[in-house]
Amino acid sequence: MCLAIPGKIKSIDYQYDGLVRMARVNFGGILKEASLDMVPNAKVGDYVLVHVGVAISIVNEEEAEKTFAYLREIGDLDELTESSQIDRYH
Amino acid sequence: MKHLTEYRDPELVEQYIQELHRTATRPWTIMEVCGGQTHGLVKNGILNLLPDLVTMVHGPGCPVCVTPINLIDKAVYLAEEKNVILCSFGDMIRVPGSTKSLLDAKAGGADVRILYSPLEAIRLARENPDREVVFFAVGFETTAPANALSVVHAQKLGLKNYSILASHVLVPPAMEAVIQDDDTNIQGFLAAGHVCAIMGIAEYGPLAERYRMPMVVTGFEPVDLLQGILMVVRQLERGEYKLENQYARVVPPEGNPEARRIIKQVFEVVDREWRGIGTIPGSGWAVRPELAAFDADRKFSVSIAKAPESPDCIAGLVLKGIKKPHECSQFGRACTPERPLGAPMVSSEGACAAYYHFSSMSELVNE
Repeated sequence: MCLAIPGKIKSIDYQYDGLVRMARVNFGGILKEASLDMVPNAKVGDYVLVHVGVAISIVNEEEAEKTFAYLREIGDLDELTESSQIDRYH
Repeated sequence: MKHLTEYRDPELVEQYIQELHRTATRPWTIMEVCGGQTHGLVKNGILNLLPDLVTMVHGPGCPVCVTPINLIDKAVYLAEEKNVILCSFGDMIRVPGSTKSLLDAKAGGADVRILYSPLEAIRLARENPDREVVFFAVGFETTAPANALSVVHAQKLGLKNYSILASHVLVPPAMEAVIQDDDTNIQGFLAAGHVCAIMGIAEYGPLAERYRMPMVVTGFEPVDLLQGILMVVRQLERGEYKLENQYARVVPPEGNPEARRIIKQVFEVVDREWRGIGTIPGSGWAVRPELAAFDADRKFSVSIAKAPESPDCIAGLVLKGIKKPHECSQFGRACTPERPLGAPMVSSEGACAAYYHFSSMSELVNE
């Protein structure tokens, strides 16, 4: 039910008598329309998370990178903790 | 697909599995709240790869599953007796009411339509000015902005033939209800990422503090789920209980203020009955009284007698994580996705459907 898929905004136009700002969003080659009412700052080229035809979030590229650094970070952190414990014992 | 495929990388998944095996030294039980996460865990075989010490139990985060039987009966009544175009998401159409589902009503000639978005219902209402269009608006906080937006659009466009039958539920009160249930035994939570994309993460810090449980806002792909589980297990092993955000690429701490503004414009907080669980105070959203013209419940003032649930279905225990789907005597026997006794066997996010579709039945039976 809460499924939301990231896609790239290809173009933006207005529908429903100019009331609604809609995007054409590219999901791996499949184009679908999504409302941009909830993400007024979204622009062409942004990745947005789309849920039941409404974009609910703009993907933060910087945070996305951090996901992949997590294992290395906790490894470094654990090594630090271990070495500080060893220091304490000696 | 960018921002999707890389979170399904088998090598990275393997690294996380190994790290989890290294990290867990004592038995821990963790609940993932969201049905989308349940499906992610079962479908990708993650449950079978976790250390034996880490048990995942599945939460009530399937809006379709907890929609009261009475509301489904109302929707069926509207479709059959009031000649409305009754539309909703595919899952909702298939859930059994007391005598039939909306799909059964459709087979009997009622005008029931499956839509991808409530905004499509607005289009339908414009194209059919002489018919009433009712959208059966189910969902958690994630879906509320879209459903609310349909009402805002209908109002702006001056549509008189559009209304929603709202069945909106809220996650944090349900989490508290599950924690407070004497029969549950949960030590940490994966909080639902897309719910938090709307609501922000602030609600979960006090919950973590009050119940001394780690809460990690988590995404839906295999790497997300494993990272979330690892973050919870690391906290548990250290005796910590804080709020962390694994899914920051999608969930800013403040959530989506614009979405919340639109929700507030259309909905107000009410007590809500959860199918299989009971009434939870302050756990739902209903259409504000001043928008009664867009509220199908008020517009058609339908009164349907409350019908009992199937006595053989243990959906309530499954939704609270007390029982696993295959611990039900009816699972895969009298209850299948084609002939379901309860909603969790129907929805694409229901725990029973996940186990039925993606687990090895022989393994489950031998367990």
